[in-house]
Amino acid sequence: MSKAPDEPKVSGFNDLLAVAYQIEIDAVERYNVLADQMETHNNPELVTVFRDLARAEGIHGEEIRRLAGDFDVVNHALKIARFRRSESPEEAELDSAHYLMTPWHALQLSLAGEKRALAYFTSIVETAKDPKVKAMAAELVEEEAEHVNLVNRLLRRYPRPTDSWADDLDPPVSPE
Amino acid sequence: MGATPRISPSISIAIVGSGGAGALTTGNSLLEAASTAGWHGLFTRTLGPQIRGGEAAGLLRLAVHPVDCLADQFDLLIGIDWLNAHRFGAEIKTGPQTLVVSDPRGGEPPPMVIQSGARVVEISMKDMAKSIPDGRSNMIALGIASRLLGFTVEQVFGPMEKRLVDKGPAAIAASLAGITVGFDAAAGIDFGPRLAVPTPSAARRWLLSGNEATALGAIRGGVRFAAAYPITPATEILEWLAPSLAKIGGVLLQAEDELAAINMIIGSSYGGTPAMTATSGPGLSLMIEALGLATSAEIPVVVVDVMRGGPSTGIPTKSEQTDLNIAIYGMHGDAPHLVLAPQSVGDCLFTTQWATYLAEALQAPAIVLSDQFMGQSRAAIERPADVAFVGARSLATEISSNYKRYAMASNGVSPMAIPGTLGGQYTADGLTHSERGTPTSGAGDHLAQLDKRRDKLERFNYGDHWASVEGTGDLAIVTWGSLTGATREAAGRAAADGLEVRVIAPRLLAPVQPERLAGALAGVKRILVVEQTHSAQFHRYLRAHYDLPAPVRVFHRPGPLPITAGEIHHAIMDWR
Amino acid sequence: MSSLVMSATCRPADYKSDIKPIWCPGCGDYHVLMSFTRAFAQLGLPPEKIAVVSGIGCSSRIPAYTNCYGFHGVHGRSLALAAGLKVTRPDLTVVVASGDGDGYSIGGNHFLHACRRNIDMTYVVMDNRIYGMTKGQPSPTTEPEFDTALTPGGTGMAPFHPLVVALASGANFIARCFSGEPNETADVLAAAIGHPGFSFIEILSPCVTFRPDEKAWKDQVRPAPVAATDDKGKAARRLMTDDGFNIGILYRGNRAPYQPAVGPNGTDLSVLESDFEL
Repeated sequence: MSKAPDEPKVSGFNDLLAVAYQIEIDAVERYNVLADQMETHNNPELVTVFRDLARAEGIHGEEIRRLAGDFDVVNHALKIARFRRSESPEEAELDSAHYLMTPWHALQLSLAGEKRALAYFTSIVETAKDPKVKAMAAELVEEEAEHVNLVNRLLRRYPRPTDSWADDLDPPVSPE
Repeated sequence: MGATPRISPSISIAIVGSGGAGALTTGNSLLEAASTAGWHGLFTRTLGPQIRGGEAAGLLRLAVHPVDCLADQFDLLIGIDWLNAHRFGAEIKTGPQTLVVSDPRGGEPPPMVIQSGARVVEISMKDMAKSIPDGRSNMIALGIASRLLGFTVEQVFGPMEKRLVDKGPAAIAASLAGITVGFDAAAGIDFGPRLAVPTPSAARRWLLSGNEATALGAIRGGVRFAAAYPITPATEILEWLAPSLAKIGGVLLQAEDELAAINMIIGSSYGGTPAMTATSGPGLSLMIEALGLATSAEIPVVVVDVMRGGPSTGIPTKSEQTDLNIAIYGMHGDAPHLVLAPQSVGDCLFTTQWATYLAEALQAPAIVLSDQFMGQSRAAIERPADVAFVGARSLATEISSNYKRYAMASNGVSPMAIPGTLGGQYTADGLTHSERGTPTSGAGDHLAQLDKRRDKLERFNYGDHWASVEGTGDLAIVTWGSLTGATREAAGRAAADGLEVRVIAPRLLAPVQPERLAGALAGVKRILVVEQTHSAQFHRYLRAHYDLPAPVRVFHRPGPLPITAGEIHHAIMDWR
Repeated sequence: MSSLVMSATCRPADYKSDIKPIWCPGCGDYHVLMSFTRAFAQLGLPPEKIAVVSGIGCSSRIPAYTNCYGFHGVHGRSLALAAGLKVTRPDLTVVVASGDGDGYSIGGNHFLHACRRNIDMTYVVMDNRIYGMTKGQPSPTTEPEFDTALTPGGTGMAPFHPLVVALASGANFIARCFSGEPNETADVLAAAIGHPGFSFIEILSPCVTFRPDEKAWKDQVRPAPVAATDDKGKAARRLMTDDGFNIGILYRGNRAPYQPAVGPNGTDLSVLESDFEL
């Protein structure tokens, strides 16, 4: 993203939990959209990749919900956790999708998202005054750093494709 | 007065004048006077192309019986002036029995009139009008006509007074003076025929045009929204609807074009408000694509086509039956829908009401084929009976889950969810769709939905209204639309000549009713098809969809001249 | 905007149908769909009280992807259909979705008159400056030199300026959005729905298949430097002089929307017969 995000205001521990939860949920939704696209466009390998990514982010979301205990983090997120001019940090960029994309591309998207999330929580650690918020943000930073490493490890399995990955000799169709 | 008047069941009068002479006002006033006094009547006009100041003729027929067509020949022709009147020569037939009242200062009657042997009486209407402050020739003509027809001054003045209420007492006085002068001037003229006395009737009497009857029929059928793009000769439907819908909580939107008009009514109907528009051939051409959408998405709408001469701009002020093909076959794809045709001014009300009812019941578009002759004629009739056909759409109101907008049903009609209904959300679509409404190009869904839309129309019981069937002779005339009136009259004359004739006029043109027509044609030996087209569209339609169990002849010709009872009678007698 | 609202915690997912879009991966319209569902959730509108009306084209596929009532009609006529719906059903929230071909070419006349008519509805045009559904012909907003199979060497025609046309024709709310900013777009959409009268939103929505060059838009767009005005003269100058990449609400008028009174169906019809009684 080229724009500085207009971020939600995090003025306490609960706000941070809500934002963290929302970031995961947004990521789940986005990966599912991408998986659906790949399903419609007959790229089954990528369907699997995106569904797996969605599942992983969903697990993270659930962890945050458990962490919140009795506090209704879901509802609170709906109220406060909106990113405005940019999207939610961890969301994969939709406009980078391509019907012939490979797992390498998907992991690049994922890596970029994890890095944005890492940067976001890092900035909270740096600016937060509330020690509880600071501590929680630091935990989230650690978590995201681990995700970055995980994606990097996965990328070793999927090398960068050759430049011809998007070649399609068939013409496009006009459905209507 | 001269010789003893000849009592006639029907008298025809033409009043001609140009450039604001007021010929049409005179004709209308005579119709109003006659219908107040208990006669039936039909008034139509024929005009030059000018918006103002053109030559005009008011054609009027008064009778003791309902009048659905003009006479072959006019009994009385009043020329306030004769400027460009030769244009009407072919339309206003005169003969030795015709009395022509002519103003010597208004020029000579057209040669055709003189050559026909008509008697000409000269009265200086203009000079008489000048003798009255603000006097007008057409009031003199009205006075003359009322004397010749046997009305009193009061009988014709009544309607005039109502018309002039806004113009003030001076105009009213000038009108009364004019009528009186004309009335006196006609003393001693031997006219000849005299209208028979009408049978007294307790029925309420109406005076209205076919276009107005059409509009009221739509409202009675449940229409509460109309979209309007003006076009001759349909505009009066829309102009009557605008204030009328507002009075009953409905609304009319003026559209930017016919493409918008048809889509607006589809939108309204999709939202649950029964809707119509009215147009003529050029507008119908523009609406056809969206009529296909209404067919596919199963949205009921009513489109009235007041037919005029075609193709292209054609003759906008004259009648033809040449939109039959486009109404029935115009849509691309297999697109079953309803096509109906009223048969008279009064029947415009019933048929449009029935069309609205059918469209709503069957969730399909209905095209009503009226025509310029019926639409723009004013008729004095008995108030049409109230009928029970009020649109009642099958609605999905309580939806548990998994709503299927286009679910298969034995009668083909699937309950429709109206926006706002919880759980009924669906997307209406012109794309081939599944029962749920989801776009698909699957052969199974395509066939299933085509079957559904065909079956719902074919399985419906349309009852006896599908046609009017009269008489039992072994010669059957099959005709439709406004020609039904002239055909009935021709059949009456044939009966007087000793030839029994059957008249069959389908009101429901689509879906076709082969079994019913077969029943109506049982036992016939000859079939005469009568229609106002150049290419015999109706004949081809009959040939395509029905068994015609006897030799067939076709009497057809294009507009602009109306087909008369005399011509049809001639075609019958020609085939004895 | 409807007076009936759901609880404050509607989720965007509540407004999505289970039908999967056929749009190309990478298409801006996916983002627009998100903006729709987010705006509806933000406003708390019950899905069954929303109607999404469209014509033909990639963008016009959007109604079925929502969980609202939808109408996917014929090419170019969505505004007319929506007008008939909204005047008879003022209780519904009506959103019309279109594209640059559907809305500005075949539907151009309806655009002018919908602006004039000022019925309370929101018109969203996803502009990708190309006919995508028919494989890349120039639309009214395509650059004159853009080469296509149908117009070798370009059209040579000046692109249509939808925002200026909307302003001149009487639209009561004019905004430009970029699909890649779905949250911002959702906010603008919510504001448009809330604004009385005819609201027009042009969403720059790249076509990755036939206009891959439009991927650069995300680096070209910027928030409009000044706030929305209600002054038509000022708005006209801004719209005429900006480079087409200023994003945000650009004009907010205060014309009263057109909505005739519509009432119940059961009125006594005999009042109409007096016109014909003798």
